[in-house]
Amino acid sequence: MQNINQTLGQYSELFMLLAALAYTAAFLAFTWDLVKSSRRIREMEAGLAETAEERQLVLAGAVAGGKRGKSAGALQGSTADDAMDYQGEKRSAARIAVALTVLAAAVHAVAVVSRGVAAGRVPWGNMYEFCTTGGLVVAVVFLLVLTRKDLRFLGTFVIGLVVVMLCAATIGFPTPVANLVPALQSYWLIIHVSVAVAASALFTLTFAMSVLQLLQASRVARLAAGGGDRMPFMRLVPSALSLENLSYRINAIAFVLWTFTLMAGAIWAEKAWGRYWGWDTKEVWTFVIWVVYAGYLHARATRGWTGTRAAWLSIVGYLCIVFNFTIVNIYFSGLHSYAGV
Amino acid sequence: MAAKDRGDNVALPALGFLGTLRWMWTQLTSMRTALFLLLLLAVAAVPGSLFPQRPANPAVVTQYIRDNPETGPILDWFQLFDVYSSVWFSAIYLLLFISLIGCVIPRAIAHGRAWRSKPPRTPSRLSRMPVHGSFALPSGSDSQSGGQAGGRPTSPHAAVVDAAALLKKRGYRVDVRDEQGSQPSVGAERGFLKELGNLVFHLSLIGVLVSVAVGGLFGYRGQKIVVEGETFVNTLVGYDSFTPGTNFSEDNLDPYSITLEKFDVTFDRQLTHYGQPIDFTATMSTKTAPGAEPEQRILKVNEPLTIGGTSVYLVGNGYAPVVTVRDGDGNIAHQGPVVSIPQDGLFTSLMVLKVPDARPEQLGFVGFFLPTAAIDENGVSFSRDPDPFLPQLNLNSYYGDLGLDDGEPQNVYVLDTDTLTELNSRNSEAGGIVLDAGETFELPEGKGSITFDGLRRYAALDITHDPAELGALVFSSLALAGLSASLFIGRRRVWIRAASGPDGRVTVEYGLLARGEDHRLAGEGAAIEKLLRERWLADTIEHDENETAHVGASAPGSGKDN
Repeated sequence: MQNINQTLGQYSELFMLLAALAYTAAFLAFTWDLVKSSRRIREMEAGLAETAEERQLVLAGAVAGGKRGKSAGALQGSTADDAMDYQGEKRSAARIAVALTVLAAAVHAVAVVSRGVAAGRVPWGNMYEFCTTGGLVVAVVFLLVLTRKDLRFLGTFVIGLVVVMLCAATIGFPTPVANLVPALQSYWLIIHVSVAVAASALFTLTFAMSVLQLLQASRVARLAAGGGDRMPFMRLVPSALSLENLSYRINAIAFVLWTFTLMAGAIWAEKAWGRYWGWDTKEVWTFVIWVVYAGYLHARATRGWTGTRAAWLSIVGYLCIVFNFTIVNIYFSGLHSYAGV
Repeated sequence: MAAKDRGDNVALPALGFLGTLRWMWTQLTSMRTALFLLLLLAVAAVPGSLFPQRPANPAVVTQYIRDNPETGPILDWFQLFDVYSSVWFSAIYLLLFISLIGCVIPRAIAHGRAWRSKPPRTPSRLSRMPVHGSFALPSGSDSQSGGQAGGRPTSPHAAVVDAAALLKKRGYRVDVRDEQGSQPSVGAERGFLKELGNLVFHLSLIGVLVSVAVGGLFGYRGQKIVVEGETFVNTLVGYDSFTPGTNFSEDNLDPYSITLEKFDVTFDRQLTHYGQPIDFTATMSTKTAPGAEPEQRILKVNEPLTIGGTSVYLVGNGYAPVVTVRDGDGNIAHQGPVVSIPQDGLFTSLMVLKVPDARPEQLGFVGFFLPTAAIDENGVSFSRDPDPFLPQLNLNSYYGDLGLDDGEPQNVYVLDTDTLTELNSRNSEAGGIVLDAGETFELPEGKGSITFDGLRRYAALDITHDPAELGALVFSSLALAGLSASLFIGRRRVWIRAASGPDGRVTVEYGLLARGEDHRLAGEGAAIEKLLRERWLADTIEHDENETAHVGASAPGSGKDN
């Protein structure tokens, strides 16, 4: 019998709390960056609009597209670079926010690892652990993408979601460190759940991007119709199309991972229950999520279904994931009920 | 969208029967229909998680209908308790698979044709391609004394042949055309595995579906509870319950036997999660045939036993108190373990004992087995621990006709007390039967006695045979591989054309086109141009920088991902 190190488990919980605080600070810094940058941009543009030559340049930029997307974007109410590459300008608030996120992720990693060490097993054996480990993967994936692409505009939403996940874990499903029940003692726990965590983390990113895509699309439509700008902070966000393209790329990876989750789950189910598929509630919802994202991928190849509709499918898919994790785990009875609340 | 479709319909002339069929087929195999059916499938799967399902839990369904006499039968009529075998769910996935076949077969034929054909002809204006560029090579007179410095081609033909070799090395299939013309070009294409992966993915889904169907036809599944010391023989009568596949025959059963020698349970004894199980181990003695040598094997929750073409799973366990019942005549009417069903994590277990052999009256007992008995402040007994530290039986007793004699099958875990007369119960004044280990209780009115002799554990086993399991695994693995190929491989076409300019210099023009979504297309264009320049212009790269009219793609992520 594996001995549980309760002291280390308590340290892990303390670190989790510290990580949550650091994330909250990072979340505030990201929000501050959005507010500050959008104010500065508005001032800058007020200056720009006065000179007719500048306007000319903007139009030229719009024709050339691509490399000059930045100035072209100004016409469509966006200053973000559609390639989402880093620009020269210095956003000190955003730098602070990223630094805080790095710090938070480091503390978070210590919390997750010490939890695993305390229990002497992988730290994803119940909902608390799935949530905290999942939050760490979201933050780390976000930071990794940040090294290549300027997705700092997503920070408020992604780190906000991480804070929500940590709060849900510590307040909603607090669980002291413990051994695994026999049903979970399988190496498939390592494979099946880790891939599920990774896929969910990627879907979290694309969820945030799809929401922004919809906001951006409706905002641009409103601007084009001569309406006022209700969401000036959205200037920092790239165009709806580039958001859609990037979230498609991430969703494609996440969908493959989810397919693997489904398969690994089926293999484990065969090992544990003697059948690879039995329409258990959890299996049903995993299947529903898979079909919704399959629909999303097909929608991207169907005329009339790209853009807004595809974004809605991506959002519905993510809501199904949240439903599968919360409502199904807590209120639906099924073979996965031991997941620990 | 809808308005447009309607417009199309109005414009259609009279189709006739065959025409209508063809029209329906076109509609069914269209992407939009497939998408609609996919989303419908997702929605249709949901009710199966909201209502209890017969295949998983028939008893719960019966109870649900009994509890909801108004809505239950209506829900049942709509097959909401058998969602995954219902007419409507089957209709959706069958239509989806027909649509899939109708979509995949023409694509497979087209892809087979494309596989054998040459890359498409070079477009006349490469500058119309989403990614394109051009650059000029310095004329022969410009170059150093050697004439061929840096391997630079001096004629358009040589440039194209050289470029074709480079593309071929990069995994493209190439075709050089207009070799003797003034504007020779090379057409190249790669990424045929993308479409192949796509086709393999979709066809593998059919394979998975067929595997599931074959499993349903030729497989079987049964349950058996085995008490320590007891033996299960793989014959039809050996099972407690048995679900055969449609094409099952009893000859399919291999008559092996397994004996449960010992069942060990370990509970967590640390303060948090005290009493949570951390290990179940069944020690089995197996015989592959009636006369074979016994072999000792271990069965655990995630480690099934394979024997005689079946897999044996440990799906549950509990206590089986050993009880002796003497009837009113003083004869032993029952002796042996009685399986009790755990009701909670502390193994408070429901126990039913029917004694049809008791005379002059048949006897029935119902109540609880408590592994570690305790009494709360209201005087109610409960179990304080899942381990048997103070095992106790708390039973009510009945006598009368058990209703077993007319041959109607009964649930052994339910005692129907309607036709019986109560002898004693914990609600009666005298109280019910309370028995600690080794004790005997004399029943009132001289109806007999009951003795709690000892305690054994039992294991609940599921035994399954699914001949198509491997097929499902192979097909789903193929599907995963195909899916990855179709999503991550880029199908690209590249054309490179060379010509002699008016000043005698060779100009090179290239264009790229992706089939399907390909965010790395611009990166590929940049990479090819870089390779060509390195090959031809290594010595002059500095002064040449400004001669390129590279117009980047407007695709996002351009040039950053190679």
